[in-house]
Amino acid sequence: MNKAKQTIKKLYQQPLADKIWRNFVIGVPYFWLLLFFLAPFAIVLKISFATPIVALPPFTPLLDLSANADHWLLATWDNYRFLTEDNLYWISYFKSIKIAAISTFICLLIGYPMAYGIARATATTRNILLMLVILPFWTSFLLRVYAWMGLLGKNGIVNSLLFNLGLINAPLQMLYTDIAVYLGIVYTYIPFMILPLYATLEKMDTSLHDAAADLGAKPWQTFIDVTLPLSKPGIIAGSLLVFIPAIGEYVIPALLGGIDSLMIGRTLYDEFFVNRDWPLAAAVATLLLVIVVIPIMLFQRSQQE
Amino acid sequence: MQKSSRLVFSALCFGFAFLYIPILVLIVFSFNQSAIASVWGGFSLRWYTALFNNQQIIDAALLSLKIAATSATFATILGTMAGLALTQMGRYSGRLVFTGIIAAPLVMPEVITGLSLLLMFVSLQELIGWPVSRGASTITIAHITFSMAYVAVIVQSRLSSMDQSLQEAAMDLGGRPAQVAFDITLPLIAPSMLSGWLLAFTLSLDDLVIASFTSGAGASTLPMVIFSKIKLGVTPDINALATLIIGSVSIGIVIASWIMFRHERRSGTA
Amino acid sequence: MNRDDRMTTQRSTKPYVAATPWLDPKAVPFIQIKNLSKQFDKFTAVDKVNLDIYQGELFTILGGSGCGKSTLLRMLAGFEEPSAGQIIIDGVDMANIPAYDRPINMMFQSYAVFPHMTVEQNIGYGLKKDNLPKAEIATRVKEMLDLVQLGDLAARKPHHLSGGQRQRVALARALIKQPKVLLLDEPLAALDKKLREQTQFELINLQYELGITFVVVTHDQEEAMTLSDRLAVMNTGKFIQTGTPTQVYESPINRFVADFFGTINFFNATVISSDPAAKKLSAKLEKTGTKLDANSETAFAEGAEVTIAVRPEKIIISQKRPDGDHITITKGTVEDLAYYGNRSLYRIRSQSGRIIQVSAQNYQRSEALTLEWDDEVFLSWDSSCNVVLSE
Repeated sequence: MNKAKQTIKKLYQQPLADKIWRNFVIGVPYFWLLLFFLAPFAIVLKISFATPIVALPPFTPLLDLSANADHWLLATWDNYRFLTEDNLYWISYFKSIKIAAISTFICLLIGYPMAYGIARATATTRNILLMLVILPFWTSFLLRVYAWMGLLGKNGIVNSLLFNLGLINAPLQMLYTDIAVYLGIVYTYIPFMILPLYATLEKMDTSLHDAAADLGAKPWQTFIDVTLPLSKPGIIAGSLLVFIPAIGEYVIPALLGGIDSLMIGRTLYDEFFVNRDWPLAAAVATLLLVIVVIPIMLFQRSQQE
Repeated sequence: MQKSSRLVFSALCFGFAFLYIPILVLIVFSFNQSAIASVWGGFSLRWYTALFNNQQIIDAALLSLKIAATSATFATILGTMAGLALTQMGRYSGRLVFTGIIAAPLVMPEVITGLSLLLMFVSLQELIGWPVSRGASTITIAHITFSMAYVAVIVQSRLSSMDQSLQEAAMDLGGRPAQVAFDITLPLIAPSMLSGWLLAFTLSLDDLVIASFTSGAGASTLPMVIFSKIKLGVTPDINALATLIIGSVSIGIVIASWIMFRHERRSGTA
Repeated sequence: MNRDDRMTTQRSTKPYVAATPWLDPKAVPFIQIKNLSKQFDKFTAVDKVNLDIYQGELFTILGGSGCGKSTLLRMLAGFEEPSAGQIIIDGVDMANIPAYDRPINMMFQSYAVFPHMTVEQNIGYGLKKDNLPKAEIATRVKEMLDLVQLGDLAARKPHHLSGGQRQRVALARALIKQPKVLLLDEPLAALDKKLREQTQFELINLQYELGITFVVVTHDQEEAMTLSDRLAVMNTGKFIQTGTPTQVYESPINRFVADFFGTINFFNATVISSDPAAKKLSAKLEKTGTKLDANSETAFAEGAEVTIAVRPEKIIISQKRPDGDHITITKGTVEDLAYYGNRSLYRIRSQSGRIIQVSAQNYQRSEALTLEWDDEVFLSWDSSCNVVLSE
């Protein structure tokens, strides 16, 4: 027993063991990400060149190596051609970018003063306020979107409140509109804006403000000249953290948006689940990836600085 | 100064009202006797009773919890390894690619992650016959993949703020790399691993889109069931479910941060 | 064999070491650093360094931040791989020997005391990794605790310790494996001034008692002077001068070293005559033409430009013109003075207009200043205090 233990200990101390350990720690997560994160993109790309068929899986193989095949390569641009020819896809791409951009800007407008207030609060208050920002993030995303359905619906709280106050005679159509989509995106993504902003504002040396004030700057000038430029990294990180996932958002337009509220994420989802056109969905995904890949790289660069 | 701080104060009030009023309304109306969302019909627990009698929801909840616990555990192991590989292992070929792809799942639109993983599973099945069918196991793999990125980022930030000489000291005293990891590094990053696990757990419980793509015919997670119900409109029993989820998560978070806060104060900044 | 025997045998079998082994041509260096370089991308941190350190020496590497001293230490410990060159310790080439297998231990600048382990566990960690029996670890940890006077704190966690106590835990933890060499990275930098002075002497005594070779890295020249047997001044990855503290202080080889150790006055001068055999040199100051003598073993051509350096404390300040042979004299007025209690620092403007710094002990008790601003004074110093620098 003791001898076995000794042998194990000795094995453990071989230089080989160190190498194995190192390769294990690097290799396992690396391999996992290659297999389940990077390789799938290659497959999406591949299938976006396939032709849909009624079968399982519902697309043709790309290579036909049988002897009687006319062409061994069965790749086709049809899916991409279809995307450019049908207005629907153009509209939903631009609508996604527009909605994501405007929502990001609203998040910044609401989130910046909040982050500023939290960063300038006393230590105890700051911890409580921060927790209040993070708390919704931990609770169900789906249910937070659902909460707005109850508020905005035809028989919802807001309508009945306005009606009882005598401000309206007939219920307003708020749910299933673009406004509801904006509200939903801002509501669910605002913690992603506040947290990086808070992180940069909190690190900022307050004596810089005192120095600016001492040199004769009015509070708003101090803000424009000192605070705002120095919080640029936080603004960039927060904006990208809101913008990127908002572009591909599916749940919010599906629950709060109208039937015509075609954001690209929803188009992709419907193409896949409703029309069962996998190759077309893959082509939509590829183009969506092209749109988000630049902001993602920007985000990663901002994280490394 | 006065004016600007009043401005900040009102922004904070508005912001937190915006964040919390919808949730509070949701909670209040879960105790509503009436089935109409906007009409208060008196206090009642009928929707809670209805909820506990809904076998479909209970089954889905149990499945979700199982998937969440499993995927969070594996995500924590893999994410911690990734964090170590990115901060402690020096240079190796492929490190740049690794750094690039580790954070990407964080910001990748869910529809893309979901679709790409599904197509991957389908191709693998064609190629090697695995996975035989899609369901809990494929959802779990998908959840491990995106939540390990969150764990890696948390662990990585803890590791890079840690005094590197602690590990060097252990190595200097004769600790081999693997021993140093288990003796020094892992005990010191344990709190981050715990937060990583909790985050991975909630992310998995919360996910609808990726689960919808990677699930097969049989397996429905709780978000999938909720989604199919609320797509048709407001139903009060979902209010009750939401109240239960939000309530338990909030209590958990408050307790966890309280413990962490006390722990931090006790051990100083170390 | 228990530890006591080992310690005593180690001490008794310790080979006879001359007080100045570096002067003994037959002495075998214990640590040999040969042409060692370290390149980070395009930046050269350590540039072809050569150094011999002898058994039982307390050697200090001194330099400003970014001079490469820490990189050199980390290469000795095995945390950085040299880009070129060799490290030999006790006859063994350290290439390809990882940090955990080297007969070297290190005390880190941050002390790196494991925060999740008690004092006892910290100190015993190295022995545990050597798979020693538990009982032996326990006795040796106890002895080490007594040696560094931490016996009462054995069960404490580090965050309940003061800075000085942490420093001693780090020291005990590094010493318990009885390394051949102990590396100390800025050992006193994290302590306050009083504690630093006290700890300094404790370190020297401990090193003398254990006979372990110490290699210290520091940026603090006073610390380097009080601690070391020998020291090396490092700048931009190279050793500028190696020697005993007095050698380096009194006979700096260039302006950089002279300037690095405290204040010094520089005068530009032209060589009149040079006699290296008699170690004599005479020169003429640039502006005033004052003639002065100095000791120098280097040969200089007539008319060569040199720098004459004089330490402020070598200069005597007086109101009457002093007499004597072999002294250099100049006249000036008090431009500025600073009273430090034990001594005063004067800035004297000489006739040529240059500022000369003079440091004088305050021998007499007097509430009035002996010299006032604008007083006319004579400065004089022994010619042997003139240091001739060629660069």
